[in-house]
Amino acid sequence: MPTSKRLYGNHLAILAPLAAGVLVVGLVLAFFQAPIEADQGFSQKIIYIHVPLAITTLLGFVWGGICAVQYLRSGNPRDDLRSYTAIHQSLIFCIGALITGSIWAKASWGTWWVWEEPTLVSFLIVFLLYCTYQPLRFSIEDPERQARYAAVFAVVAGAFIPLNFIAVRLADPLIHPRVLGTADGGLTAGMRPAFYLCTIGALLLFATLCKYEMASKHTRAQLRALRRRFGQDAPARPARTSAPEVPAR
Amino acid sequence: MSSLRQTGAAAPPRTRAQAPRQVGTLAAIGAVLGKELRLERRAPQTLVAMAIFSATAFVVFHFALQRDTLEGGLAAGVLWVTLTLAALLGIGRSFVADRDEGGLDGFLLAPVDRTALLAAKVITMLVFLVAIELVAVPLFALLLLGPSPGAGQWLQLAAVLGLADIGIAVIGTLVAAIAVRTRARDLITSILALPLLVPVIIGASQASEPLLSAGTGGAPARWLAVLALYDLIFGLLAWALFDYLVED
Repeated sequence: MPTSKRLYGNHLAILAPLAAGVLVVGLVLAFFQAPIEADQGFSQKIIYIHVPLAITTLLGFVWGGICAVQYLRSGNPRDDLRSYTAIHQSLIFCIGALITGSIWAKASWGTWWVWEEPTLVSFLIVFLLYCTYQPLRFSIEDPERQARYAAVFAVVAGAFIPLNFIAVRLADPLIHPRVLGTADGGLTAGMRPAFYLCTIGALLLFATLCKYEMASKHTRAQLRALRRRFGQDAPARPARTSAPEVPAR
Repeated sequence: MSSLRQTGAAAPPRTRAQAPRQVGTLAAIGAVLGKELRLERRAPQTLVAMAIFSATAFVVFHFALQRDTLEGGLAAGVLWVTLTLAALLGIGRSFVADRDEGGLDGFLLAPVDRTALLAAKVITMLVFLVAIELVAVPLFALLLLGPSPGAGQWLQLAAVLGLADIGIAVIGTLVAAIAVRTRARDLITSILALPLLVPVIIGASQASEPLLSAGTGGAPARWLAVLALYDLIFGLLAWALFDYLVED
């Protein structure tokens, strides 16, 4: 018999406060300790939100692809659930990255959307591609096939991300400040601690939300299984859904 | 046609990797390819639709853009939007007959490597695309293109078309194999294939822009490299993943 702790998501009690703590400390450092950038002024502070969101989005999509490979190899529904939650949450983070990127573009270049900005355009294309993940899942009824096809999609889309970035970047002149790496537009030493903390915070938030979604799905599956055991008329699974099948423990 | 030969040459190494008791993969590819082409020859559906669509699209672009002649980036854009959307029509039809008439079940019962189906479908799509382009590109030059490119530029455009066709055929076959098992087949095909083809469209229009401009500019090599990289990566991915799409 599983304990309640196992049922309601491992480590969630540690992860959630940790994510909140790191994010708060990172943002406090970003707004009160990090120097104001000479060129862009206060609006540059948005990189402490925008860039961590963007990094988390990409890592999340790639993680979804890795879990999908794992699912194709193992056939374990739990890997499919991991892939699904990673892509689902990344999509939400992606919307955040697109909106904050748009706000930043408005603040520094005066327009809400700049086609010359390769990273922003790449994000839009990746976003549009991953938007089809849920409709694809929804239109396949058989849960096993749904998981398999969604995994194939996740792998293809994961490989698509770097290629897309190469193509879009080559097509447009560079004007986006490279936050990491190049000297031009790079972070000064004073900005680095806040930036790294915010990135770690965003990753922890992502992990927390993924764990939370998985715990919620497990709990619902468990509840349905218990209802069926006590003779209530509960279907094993909704007739059509885009969410993966969760094995009741 | 150069694109066709390239894919044909890529097939033999797979054959050697197969277990000896299986029917040769090349023979299986030939059989499926022959079936596809015979089907299209006896009851032309896809090719005719793609050709009519392309011709109509040029007329629509003429009125929508209100231009009599196009050149440079605009010409490349019109050509590639038309070809991509025409390809989507073909992609949407790719596995329909196999599913409806039981061809897919028949293939799965046969003791052949499933990669043969992928290869045959990709080659079929390539043949269709090349056939369409043999009609649509001259028509485009006749109806809309302003400057007339030289022989060298036509050859380079053929290379760009070939490289882009491989990418479209590979992604198209993969998407078609996914979409044919879904309820909303046509919707899934379009929304899945278009974003995946964005790098192809970027590369192809960037590479063909100087070819369709007045002057003697050649296709930039880096765009051909991007197209080739795309073909290589998604070709390998499709090869690795296709088995999971025809498992049952």
